[in-house]
Amino acid sequence: MRLKTLLAAGAVVSAAMAGAAHAQDMTIVSWGGAYSASQMNAYHKPYMEMNEGVNIINDESAAEAVAKLRAMAEAGNTTWDVVDVVASDAIRLCDEGLAMEIDVDAVLAAAPDGSPASKDFGEFLVTPCFIPQIVYSTTFGYRTDLVGDTPPKNVCAVFDLENYPGKRSLEKRPINNMEWALMCDGVAMADIYDVLATEEGQAQAFAKLDTIKDEVVWWSAGADTPQLLADGEVVIGSTYNGRLFKLIEEDKQPVAMLWDGQVFDLDGWIVPANLSDERKKQALHYLNFATDTQRLADQAKYISYGPARASSAPMVGKHASLGIEMGPHMPNHPDNMSNTLLYNYEFWADYRDDIDAKFQTWLAK
Amino acid sequence: MANGEGVSGPILAADGRPLKQSLARALRMQKLRALALIAPLLIFILVTFAAPIADMLFRSIENSIVPATLPLTVKALEDWDDASGKPPGEEAFAALRKDLLVAVDAKAHTKLGSRLNYEQTGIASLLRKTGRHVKRMKEDGDLAAQFAKVHKGWADPETWGTVKRFAGPYTSGYFLNAVDARLGSGGIEARPENERIYIFLFERTLFLSIVITVSCLLIAYPVAFLLATLPMRTSNMLMILVLLPFWTSLLVRTSAWKVLLQQQGVINDTLVFVGLVADDARLAMINNQTGTIIAMTHILLPFMILPLYSVMRTIPPSYMRAAKSLGATDWTAFWRVYFPQSVPGIGAGSILVFILSIGYYITPELVGGTSGTFISNRIAYHISSSLNWGLAAALGVILLIVVLVLYWLYDRIVGIDNVKLG
Repeated sequence: MRLKTLLAAGAVVSAAMAGAAHAQDMTIVSWGGAYSASQMNAYHKPYMEMNEGVNIINDESAAEAVAKLRAMAEAGNTTWDVVDVVASDAIRLCDEGLAMEIDVDAVLAAAPDGSPASKDFGEFLVTPCFIPQIVYSTTFGYRTDLVGDTPPKNVCAVFDLENYPGKRSLEKRPINNMEWALMCDGVAMADIYDVLATEEGQAQAFAKLDTIKDEVVWWSAGADTPQLLADGEVVIGSTYNGRLFKLIEEDKQPVAMLWDGQVFDLDGWIVPANLSDERKKQALHYLNFATDTQRLADQAKYISYGPARASSAPMVGKHASLGIEMGPHMPNHPDNMSNTLLYNYEFWADYRDDIDAKFQTWLAK
Repeated sequence: MANGEGVSGPILAADGRPLKQSLARALRMQKLRALALIAPLLIFILVTFAAPIADMLFRSIENSIVPATLPLTVKALEDWDDASGKPPGEEAFAALRKDLLVAVDAKAHTKLGSRLNYEQTGIASLLRKTGRHVKRMKEDGDLAAQFAKVHKGWADPETWGTVKRFAGPYTSGYFLNAVDARLGSGGIEARPENERIYIFLFERTLFLSIVITVSCLLIAYPVAFLLATLPMRTSNMLMILVLLPFWTSLLVRTSAWKVLLQQQGVINDTLVFVGLVADDARLAMINNQTGTIIAMTHILLPFMILPLYSVMRTIPPSYMRAAKSLGATDWTAFWRVYFPQSVPGIGAGSILVFILSIGYYITPELVGGTSGTFISNRIAYHISSSLNWGLAAALGVILLIVVLVLYWLYDRIVGIDNVKLG
């Protein structure tokens, strides 16, 4: 099966290379740090080996990607070829016409069993401009030495000041926090967004957050919570699951992971709109390679984020340097999925500005 | 012939032209040369400074996307009464359908959705969804019902009201939002209390900037005094100590404050060890206003010390000696003789520190928590995260006006001539 994929990829390669045989720079924008390193190892290096003459330049400004893409488009000079963004940003880039729509089945490789890419990615294809790459989750880590004999079992421990006193860290934005507040205030999982769409529901969530407001340290960078946990500044805190993996497995801190109540989110690729035909072809050619089943599974060797293709999951192996089995550390591993939520893109695209204004006002009060 | 006319005509230069003309030409050449010499700077300032600011000012009122995307609808809504409580008639729906058919092909409808969603929550998905269905609508059927079937928002007069209120090529919407107001169906109204944030943040930014300026002054004055009065060799050594942190990366210094001030940090640990503070009542000195004030005072201190120092160096030491020999106490000599002469330095340092701190972004973001962030943090959020550049521009314009007003006030009260950098 893999041979077939390789042959298919090879055919595309030769077709593409016939047109552009000379050296070509390709700027790929991503988040930097361990995440960019995992992409370098799993995608960029093998791609450059297979395609001599293509030179991948890694740009680490994904955090400002949306604003920069808009500025580039307004200036009429887009210098990026492929950009790594979270799904909600991909939706906005698509809405604004800053990212091109991609026909997934025509551009991307099929799964090893022959099922088309659109089926393999399934519900993760949240907008026509976006090719999902990884599933990550925002979830909680807690200090094992500060929670006594009864370590927290579910996400509502965050709101339980009686049994788990001390500071907790939450992200300084309404997304996820509002959901957790309602979840722990007795709202059924399925009703959360219906409730959150109403003024009363928002007030209910704020009232729940009010109960712990004095004990919250608000974070804005993904590295904050791991640092706060390592310093013992907080007892429990939310962050991305990959950050917690590093803290627990690589840095060996007395911290444990709470998978309950994790909120899935997607990270993936977009191609800026209005690229020249040659660059567009090159970018899509790269994406065909970088998002095939094997490549997505390979990335999990370097970082604990789950591949977005269903067909990649069984291929996830051991960590490249730690040698531990990565499967159980994937947020979308069946054992970790008993109580989860997928980021509601449609809802937040509408309500983000409104609820964020209320959230900031609530914070400032 | 020329000679004959020369008697009554104008005075001629050597080349036969009238002197006045020739002189003007020489002057014009000189002016052009001067202009050419400063042209690189002038162009640089225009391109990198004046033009972006003008562009930003313009963005805060620009609204051409609505009339450009929905030209027919805007026209059809002219006769519709916003306050009628009923959605407009069939012809508005027909116009909307025509506009959307064009917009969907150009993918402009989602862009319009993001714009109008700033004014009314839900319009983004309303337009996205309608865009997917508009091609299948029948032209001659009941369009109002067809639209309402795609999304119930089209039956809501509020949706149409928003389109009508923001139909012009220019809007006051961003500025109203920036002062916690909005354009409702009954005209300008205050936002609900749980959304009023910007005026509060402006006030907090001003208040914290004043506190930071005052604390900089209190710390910098003795330091500058010491630097100015010590012998050159020692004061140069001390000057390096002042400048050293100035040369260190801003992020490093801010992070260092985090290590020092956090609850499990160096200062708290020491206080607990000495017994001044109980272990379960450690001081909260970071992620709040205290953190912002401490870190920003430290970062902006050199901007206060340097102008103070350079002014103090010019005050002759003999004045103080003269005052004392005439019977003044140390305090009187300082307060009546030395201090008034150092006021220009205080003015320069304070303006510098205040204006720098009012627009500061990175330090409040890192150590400010929720109670120590500035208006610039919200501007940054709207630039890079929410993409509401119009609102960011309006907030920026207001901040600019506030600074200009304060500068004008300062000029009226203290006098800008009194400011000296050395």
